[in-house]
Amino acid sequence: MNIVVCVKQVPDTATERKLRSDDKTLDRDAADGVVNELDEYAVEEALKLKEAHGGEVTVLTMGPGKATETIRKALAMGADKAVHLTDEALHGSDALSTSYAMAQVLKKIGFDLVVLGSESTDARTGVLAAMLAERLGTPQLTLANKVDIEGSSIRIQRLTDYGFDKVEATLPAVVSVVEKINEPRYPSFKGIMAAKKKPVETLAIGDASIDAAQVGLAAAWSEVVDFAAAPPRAAGTVVKDEGDGGEKAAEFLASKKFI
Amino acid sequence: MSEILVLVEHVDGEVKKVTLELLTLARTLGTPSAVWAGPGITPDAKARLAEYGAEKIYVAPAGDIVEYVVAPKAELLAQLVADKSPSAVLVAATAEGKEIAGRLAVKTDSGVITDAVGLGEGFVADQSIFGGGINVQSKVRKGTPIVAVRPNSTAPAPAAGAGAEEEISVALSEAAKAARIVERVKQEKGARPELTEAAIVVSGGRGVGSAENFSIIEELADALGAAVGASRAATDAGWYPHQFQVGQTGKTVSPQLYIAAGISGAIQHRAGMQTAKTIVAINKDPEAPIFELADYGVVGDLHQVVPQLTEEVKKRK
Ligand SMILES: Cc1cc2nc3c(=O)[nH]c(=O)nc-3n(C[C@H](O)[C@H](O)[C@@H](O)COP(=O)(O)OP(=O)(O)OC[C@H]3O[C@@H](n4cnc5c(N)ncnc54)[C@H](O)[C@@H]3O)c2cc1C
Ligand SMILES: Cc1cc2nc3c(=O)[nH]c(=O)nc-3n(C[C@H](O)[C@H](O)[C@H](O)COP(=O)(O)OP(=O)(O)OC[C@H]3O[C@@H](n4cnc5c(N)ncnc54)[C@H](O)[C@@H]3O)c2cc1C
Repeated sequence: MNIVVCVKQVPDTATERKLRSDDKTLDRDAADGVVNELDEYAVEEALKLKEAHGGEVTVLTMGPGKATETIRKALAMGADKAVHLTDEALHGSDALSTSYAMAQVLKKIGFDLVVLGSESTDARTGVLAAMLAERLGTPQLTLANKVDIEGSSIRIQRLTDYGFDKVEATLPAVVSVVEKINEPRYPSFKGIMAAKKKPVETLAIGDASIDAAQVGLAAAWSEVVDFAAAPPRAAGTVVKDEGDGGEKAAEFLASKKFI
Repeated sequence: MSEILVLVEHVDGEVKKVTLELLTLARTLGTPSAVWAGPGITPDAKARLAEYGAEKIYVAPAGDIVEYVVAPKAELLAQLVADKSPSAVLVAATAEGKEIAGRLAVKTDSGVITDAVGLGEGFVADQSIFGGGINVQSKVRKGTPIVAVRPNSTAPAPAAGAGAEEEISVALSEAAKAARIVERVKQEKGARPELTEAAIVVSGGRGVGSAENFSIIEELADALGAAVGASRAATDAGWYPHQFQVGQTGKTVSPQLYIAAGISGAIQHRAGMQTAKTIVAINKDPEAPIFELADYGVVGDLHQVVPQLTEEVKKRK
C-alpha cells in the first residue's frame, strides 16, 4: 500500500509567534520550526498501517527550505522517503491554494491512502483534509481515532460531538487523525542515522503542474486586512482564600450576573 | 438587503444555540436564510429559526444527506449558492462545520475564513490567533465569502423573520457518497451542555489530584449549568476523558465564563480558552500564569474553594 503522510512545519508554540509586518503572513524566522504535533500521530498511524499491510510511507511537506527538518523527523520515525514541495511562488498561500498545490503533487506521485493531522497548531483551519478529499474526488475519512483496512476497504471511527460514527469507504482515501489514535514513537538513534540516507525529492511548482496563478499571496482567496497584538487583559482581582474564597468567588459571579 | 445562508446545526430535531447566534449575526449584515440539511425538521424548530430572524428556511429533507461524511452538506450549500447568489454563507466553526466550509470553498471557488470571533461590514472577520495573542481582521476576496464562526461569539437575540419554507431537492454526486456512515454511536454524556457550545465551562487540571476528585468540578459545573473541561495533564493522567481536553490539541472553547481550577495556564492550555469573556481561576500558587488572564482569582486550595463556591451557587439559585 502506497501511503502518503502530510507533515507541516509550524512555529513552536512555546516561543513567541508573530505575523510579518510587511505582507501579514506567518513570520517563520521569529520562532523555532517544529513538526506540527498532530502530524506525529499521522506519521505513527501511517507506519502502523504499513507494518500491518506492507507498502511504503512517503512524507509530503509544502513549505520553505528549512521545512526539511520536519521531513527528517518523519523519516527518522520510519517513513521511507519524502517529497518536499518548495517554491518562492507558494509563499502566502491560503488554505485553498495550499490544498490545490498539495492535490497536484498527490496526483503526480499517486497514493492509496493520504494521512494528515486533523489540524495544525499555527493556523488551525482544520480544513485541509476535507479540501484534499474534495479536490481528489476520494472519500473523506476525517477526525479518526481508529483506522482499519482490509483489502481495499477502509473503516474508521470518526469522532463527533455525541460520541463517534463508524464510517466505511473504499481506497484510495483521505484520512485525518486525532491525538487519541495512538502514541507516536520516538526516533531511535538508528532511525536518525538511517534518515540521512533516505531519498528526499524536491519539487518546484512546475514539476507538479501547479499553476503559478493559483498559489501564493497574490492568488489567495482570502487576505489578512490588518492585525495587532491582543490588548492585555485588564488586571483582574486576586484574593487569597481565608476560608471564604468560595463565597467571594460566588459574589464575583453574582456581580457579573452568572448566578 | 442581501441574502445570507446560515447552515443549521441540529440534533434530534432541535436547533443548536450556535445557529441562533449565527442568525443574529447575519441579521446585522443582510437577510438570513436558514438551511436545514436532512430529515427531521419539526414545527418547533421552524418556529425557532423564524423567531431568530430567518426570512426563509430552505429544507432539504432527503435522508441520504446525513448518511455520508460532510460532502453532501457541502453539495447542498453549493447548489444553493449557485441558485440564490447569497452574499455570504455562515457555518458554525465546529470540526464538522469547518470541513463543510472547506469543501464548499473548493466547490464554489470561494475564499473561506475559519474560526471567526466576529464579523463586520463587508464581511470582514475578526480572528483571534496564536492562542489569543494576536487579533486579525481578514476577508475573502474571491467568490462568496464562507465564514465559520465560533460558538459564543454573539449573544443570540430574537427578532422575528417570516420563516417562509422552501423545499430543496438535491441529487448527490457519487463522490459525495464515498464515505458512508454505517453506525452512529452516542456516548452517554448526561445532561451537560456541549463543551464547545456551553456558555459556562468549568475545567480541572493537575491540581484536582485524581479521577475521583473530578466530582468536585462536575458538581460546580452542574450547579452552574456548565460543561466540564480538563487540561491535558488531567486527560493524560486518565482522570477525565480526552474529548473534554481544552487547548491547542484539544477543544477550543469561547464561553461567557471559564472557571479554571488547579490549572497553571500553560500557553497550550490558553490556546483553547483565551477568548472566554470572563475568566475565573482557582489555584494555590499565587505565581501561576493563569492569574495573568483571570478577571477574578482565588489563591487557595481548590478542594476547599470549589465545594464552597458550589454551595454558594446553589444557595443563590
Ligand atoms: C494564523 C493563521 C490563520 C489562517 N487562517 C486562514 C483562513 O482563515 N483561511 C484560509 O484559507 N487560510 C488561512 N491561513 C492559511 C493556511 O493556514 C495555510 O494555507 C495552510 O497551511 C493550510 O491550513 P492549516 O495549516 O490550517 O491546515 P489544517 O487543515 O489545520 O491542517 C491539517 C493538516 O494538513 C496538513 N498540512 C497543512 N498544511 C500543510 C503543508 N503546508 N504541508 C504539509 N502538510 C500540511 C497537516 O497534516 C496538518 O495537520 C491561515 C494561516 C495562519 C498562519
Ligand atoms: C505540543 C503541546 C500541546 C499541548 N496541548 C495541550 C492542550 O491542548 N491542553 C492543555 O491543557 N495542555 C496542553 N499541553 C500541555 C501544557 O503545556 C501543560 O503541560 C498543561 O496544560 C498543564 O496542565 P495543568 O495546568 O493541569 O498542570 P500543571 O501545569 O501541573 O499545573 C497544575 C496547577 O495546579 C495547581 N494546584 C495543585 N494542587 C492544587 C490544589 N490543591 N488547589 C489549587 N491548585 C492546585 C498548581 O499550583 C499548578 O498551577 C500541550 C503541550 C504541548 C507541548
